[in-house]
Amino acid sequence: MKKATIQLETLVCPSCSQKINNGVKALDGIDKESVNVSFNTSKVKLNFDEEKLSIKEIEYAITRLGYEVIKSQVK
Amino acid sequence: MRRLILRKKNQIALISGILILIAFISKLVFKNEEIFNLALIIASILGISPIAIQGYQALRVKVVSIDILVTIAVVGAFIIKNYEESAIVTFLFLFGSYLEQRTLNKTRSAIKELTKMAPESALKQMENGEFEEVEVDEVDVGDILLVKTGAKVPVDGTVLTGEGHINEASITGESVPVSKKQDSLVYAGTILENGTIQIVANRVGEDTTFGKIIELVEEAQDSKSEVERFIDRFSKYYTPVVLVFAIIVWLISRDIELAITILVLGCPGALVIGVPVSNVAGIGNGARKGVLLKGSEVIHAFSKVDTIVFDKTGTLTIGNPKVADKKYYGNDIDKVLAYLASVEKESDHPLAKAIVEYIGDTKYYTVEETNVVKGGGIIAYVQGHRIVVGNVELMHQENVHLDENAIKDITQFEENGNSLVLTAVDGELKVLMGIRDKIRLGVKENLQKLKALGVKNLLVLSGDNQAIVDLVARELGLTKAYGHMLPEDKQAHIKDLQAKGQIVAFVGDGVNDSPSLALADIGIAMGTGTDVAIETSDIVLMNSDFSRLPYALGLTKATARNMLQNIIIAVGVVFVLLFSLFFSDWMNMSIGMLVHEGSILAVILNGMRLLRYRLK
Repeated sequence: MKKATIQLETLVCPSCSQKINNGVKALDGIDKESVNVSFNTSKVKLNFDEEKLSIKEIEYAITRLGYEVIKSQVK
Repeated sequence: MRRLILRKKNQIALISGILILIAFISKLVFKNEEIFNLALIIASILGISPIAIQGYQALRVKVVSIDILVTIAVVGAFIIKNYEESAIVTFLFLFGSYLEQRTLNKTRSAIKELTKMAPESALKQMENGEFEEVEVDEVDVGDILLVKTGAKVPVDGTVLTGEGHINEASITGESVPVSKKQDSLVYAGTILENGTIQIVANRVGEDTTFGKIIELVEEAQDSKSEVERFIDRFSKYYTPVVLVFAIIVWLISRDIELAITILVLGCPGALVIGVPVSNVAGIGNGARKGVLLKGSEVIHAFSKVDTIVFDKTGTLTIGNPKVADKKYYGNDIDKVLAYLASVEKESDHPLAKAIVEYIGDTKYYTVEETNVVKGGGIIAYVQGHRIVVGNVELMHQENVHLDENAIKDITQFEENGNSLVLTAVDGELKVLMGIRDKIRLGVKENLQKLKALGVKNLLVLSGDNQAIVDLVARELGLTKAYGHMLPEDKQAHIKDLQAKGQIVAFVGDGVNDSPSLALADIGIAMGTGTDVAIETSDIVLMNSDFSRLPYALGLTKATARNMLQNIIIAVGVVFVLLFSLFFSDWMNMSIGMLVHEGSILAVILNGMRLLRYRLK
């Protein structure tokens, strides 16, 4: 399991966080419990299994929902 | 294509605004219905495209978002050929979200300023011994770094070589530069004002004190209270329910106009955004003033506080006791003081330190047969003389005679709030010293402010003797004072107060009172940026300036009030809209959208007021 912090463009509507939350959780290899989308900081924090998917795939999924990824950090 | 449309949302809003303007000019000035309709149709189609895309994206992840309601409503308006409404509604929706974005950024600006202070790069020593600039993420514990004048210290570390002055305002709130030399500790985010130093990294990134402060503030602004979690759950079902409700109304009344108006009116905007906006603005204001609030739960609790319990030493007082009064009896005082200093030098008791500091330069003698009497003092031999240093009880035990004058002095010293240290040489009283800890500047005025803000009880719990604590309490106007308190007594006392139904805040310096900080409803650590204080307390006052305490209380009260106002605005608007829809005839889709967007802006602007909050 790796821990990722993804900085997004500024989120404006709280339903955005809900969209991203559901969208990311639908991916295979994400620890659903760990997903946390913060509205005010516009950040997504989550744990994922790097054998099942890469950070690039997570970023792509978020971009496809209509939100730009500014920076992500994996530890 | 999709991404392009989404990215150009603001431009689309502008174009559809212009089209609407053209439409109305052509209708009202040139009486041309065709251009009027054409312009509005184009404006509607342009305007709805980004909204529809967002709605579709949400639906794909099983979220019924507000975009879907608006899309359906606009399509409905199209079907009944009401192009005027479809165009105006999409325009207002897009323009509204543009304004929301602008204003929301403002409310978040205070915290952004703080995070911008985080160091980004470092000069790291490479294998060849040269220093190279690297990203701060690439620095590991044990790396050797070079910090030049004007640069930010990139990590928490220890100075290896060099000297300089560092401004530690970002950690302590204190902007007077601190001198650093070999073996001094330096902290990430502080600024080297002069000199050049080489440091070894002890802690990096999120583990540094500054990293922890930022993490605390970032997490705080998105932490949710019970009310907010309820609103979140509620809004998840609210939007689909509105959709179903509109469909039912349509099926029964066959009135598309009415059904789509319900869709627009039902958008939950202001309710969901109101509380987070107050929260982020309040926490941001605090962060800028060195008051760190750990989230909205803490804001609510502290705004309702009944009792504030203070630790004395280091909180109400500076924590650095000094000899304030003295009396000498008999001759050879210089020699006695030298004996006294020699004995006290071996002790690390705060009173002993104060005495050594007071006596200053003197000759030190060899001390023999030192015997520490617990709760009394020290007995030792210097140059064959028996020296007894301690309190009045110890003098009685040792049969030191205290004459009338001495007793009068002792009473006087005690009334002044001193801790007493008596010194006898060979059974004869020679020196009486009164040692006092200075009260912090401005404590009294600020305690008054706390009372004015509605705090009922101000207590002090201290390990010192009752007379001293009483005196401090009287001088400061505290409600009650308890002396002779061990740490576990303090905890028991706080539990008692809580059992009586009071909301209790504990204010300490975070050094040795962490259990009390954790136990109280609100733990407030003062004057330190230490890790323990940051972790165990709910509110951190980064500077020992006492005025931050009433500021923190005033701010939490204002923030809690602001949240309530926003909830009232949001709920009130929905009621007024629904009421007007069914019981008046002026309500339509455009007005509904206008009021809806207006209420969102109203709560954001209301939240923004908190950024400018000041204690009166």
